[in-house]
Amino acid sequence: MSDVTIDGWSCPLPLRDHPNVVMGHGGGGKLSAELVEHLFVPAFGASSPDASSDAAVVAGGDRIVVSTDTFVVRPRFFPGGNIGELAVNGTINDVAMRGARPLYLSVAFILEEGLPMSELGLIAESMGAAAEGAGVRIVTGDTKVVDRGHGDGVYINTTGIGVLDEGVDIGPDRVEAGDAVIVSGTIGDHGMAIMSVREGLEFEAAIESDTAPLHGLVAALLDAGVDVHALRDPTRGGLASSLNEIAVTAGVGVVVEELALPVERAVQSACEMLGLDPFYVANEGKLVAFVPADHAGVALGVMRSHPLGANAVIIGECVPNHPGMVVARTAIGSTRVVDTQIGEQLPRIC
Amino acid sequence: MKYLDEFRDPVLAKNLFAEISASATQPWVLMEVCGGQTHSIIRNGIDKLLDDAIELVHGPGCPVCVTPLDTIDRALAIAAKDDVIFCSFGDMLRVPGSQNDLFQVKSQGGDVRIVYSPFDAFTIAKENPDREVVFFGIGFETTAPANAMSVYQAKKHGLTNFSMLVSHVLVPPAIEAIASSPVNRVQGFLAAGHVCSVMGYEAYYPIAEKFNIPIVVTGFEPIDVLDGIRLTVKQLEEGRGEVENAYPRAVTREGNPEAQKMIEDVFQVTDRNWRGIGMIPRSGWELSERYRDFDAAERFTVTDINTQESPLCRSGEVLQGLIKPNECEAFGKECTPRKPLGATMVSSEGACAAYYTYGRLIELEAATS
Repeated sequence: MSDVTIDGWSCPLPLRDHPNVVMGHGGGGKLSAELVEHLFVPAFGASSPDASSDAAVVAGGDRIVVSTDTFVVRPRFFPGGNIGELAVNGTINDVAMRGARPLYLSVAFILEEGLPMSELGLIAESMGAAAEGAGVRIVTGDTKVVDRGHGDGVYINTTGIGVLDEGVDIGPDRVEAGDAVIVSGTIGDHGMAIMSVREGLEFEAAIESDTAPLHGLVAALLDAGVDVHALRDPTRGGLASSLNEIAVTAGVGVVVEELALPVERAVQSACEMLGLDPFYVANEGKLVAFVPADHAGVALGVMRSHPLGANAVIIGECVPNHPGMVVARTAIGSTRVVDTQIGEQLPRIC
Repeated sequence: MKYLDEFRDPVLAKNLFAEISASATQPWVLMEVCGGQTHSIIRNGIDKLLDDAIELVHGPGCPVCVTPLDTIDRALAIAAKDDVIFCSFGDMLRVPGSQNDLFQVKSQGGDVRIVYSPFDAFTIAKENPDREVVFFGIGFETTAPANAMSVYQAKKHGLTNFSMLVSHVLVPPAIEAIASSPVNRVQGFLAAGHVCSVMGYEAYYPIAEKFNIPIVVTGFEPIDVLDGIRLTVKQLEEGRGEVENAYPRAVTREGNPEAQKMIEDVFQVTDRNWRGIGMIPRSGWELSERYRDFDAAERFTVTDINTQESPLCRSGEVLQGLIKPNECEAFGKECTPRKPLGATMVSSEGACAAYYTYGRLIELEAATS
């Protein structure tokens, strides 16, 4: 692979002879090697893998945390981010939700033949920037190309590896009645940002995705000595689904004050218009924390003094009754069950 | 948020609730006609708040629920055709036909697309001149003007690859049908505010008079709904059965004449079958003669429709308030939100689905207290 020397063949300039991805870029031959050497390695920058081996040797610890996620978002570029940045942050967040320090990422691309090389370059560059910003190294990767019409441009799988420090024990089984439920900021931003550009929907106010790596926020909580019982980043299915997952796994009920839920005005308006509930809309840079009631004040203070938790708020608590169910106290002082959705949230006609 | 926050005010809600409870000498049976109102009632927990004071029956005002099975089967058959792009509002996709639903048709290769407006379908038709684009034109009087306008525009632009599968339904004949049923339990109606914003509320006077029943034009925010209930209860307590407008910020007696003109041009009144209820004379709209060329039911030959409603499902009786959902033998057994037999179990605010969810909460609370 080292015999490939094509000047100026690095991102964001398109690969010289191939403005688009061709089947050969996934073929394992020279084109594949060129793609790695001249697009991915420069784009990933300081966080880039040693491309000369099939596998990476990394330093670890006693307790390793691994998580994998695949990203198929459409459109690939959306207000506030793109699929590459999302693929880095999303997996970092999954690792961070166990309280681990994310250190390494693997990146696997499934590319559709014909994808503009310039787009791939931009995506890879933002992955490099996101990884570098998060202090995470991309240590290994893979690229496959599928026939035109058999993919949707770019699919990305990332696997994250993190290290769990001594004494950290975060998981839904530790949640108990009495725990406070804290959300780190406004909900529904990512999902509505995607909706705003998909299918040609346009809202007056721009809504941006909240995609961000949350491990710093988690570390701040742990460093402050907060006994975090459980963490979730409410992505698909939104906050409602995360709360339901915890309620079911921990065998507690969750009661949420609906008026306490932080929702951006533009997101609320867009949801009202489309008949969607921000409770069920995806986030990519928010977490929900379950902490003992007597740690809630400290946790809230720590989160609010972190840039990614400035709008953190206590939204509710865990209760012994109705285990496995989430109930919201509504704005007018009544209650409703916040159930998990059967499938996708569908825009309503009436 | 202006026009929202003030109509979700907790103190105002509390006062309205107190007034309703204090004035109701018996648990009056009221029906909110519109699915949007049902959504608001469930979402805000208004039904829980009123609990014993008033019985709310979720009426047949959800177009998703009442679209007849043969129309859904026809939609599924058309959507499965190779040359068709089938466009629908999102919540129609999960409604069960005899065999499957639009999601399943999509998974089997049908080009089914969720749109937010009939004009999206119109645009898709313009962009895909070699494909047939069909819009599923369902809904009450509220969605009719936009649906009518899209057909009007299609004709104006000579868009020959656009058509509409129309299953429009009308509120006043449904209210009259329910009120005139010999087994009717409903004592007062909350009329659908947005339907009235289009059509006005002139049509309700003869119904209120004939059945001496209160019909109160009601909005959708919690304060709107509670105010509609308050006025209905007040009428009942005073022995009146009149038409009142509790939603004056959106509704006038005449409605929207421009929208009505558009509807009159594109649609004509027809008899309509309501899922779960049956045929109600002159209760729907179909495309008028001038626009018949845009009727998807005529454009696409579908011969093998063999509708089969579940023999267990009693959603029609639920929709009319004749039985509670849990009085249906299939409730929670053969029929659950995961595998609904009837439309009232499909959407989360369908009467059966809402009942199912709250039933679980009550059981769990009882078990842990």
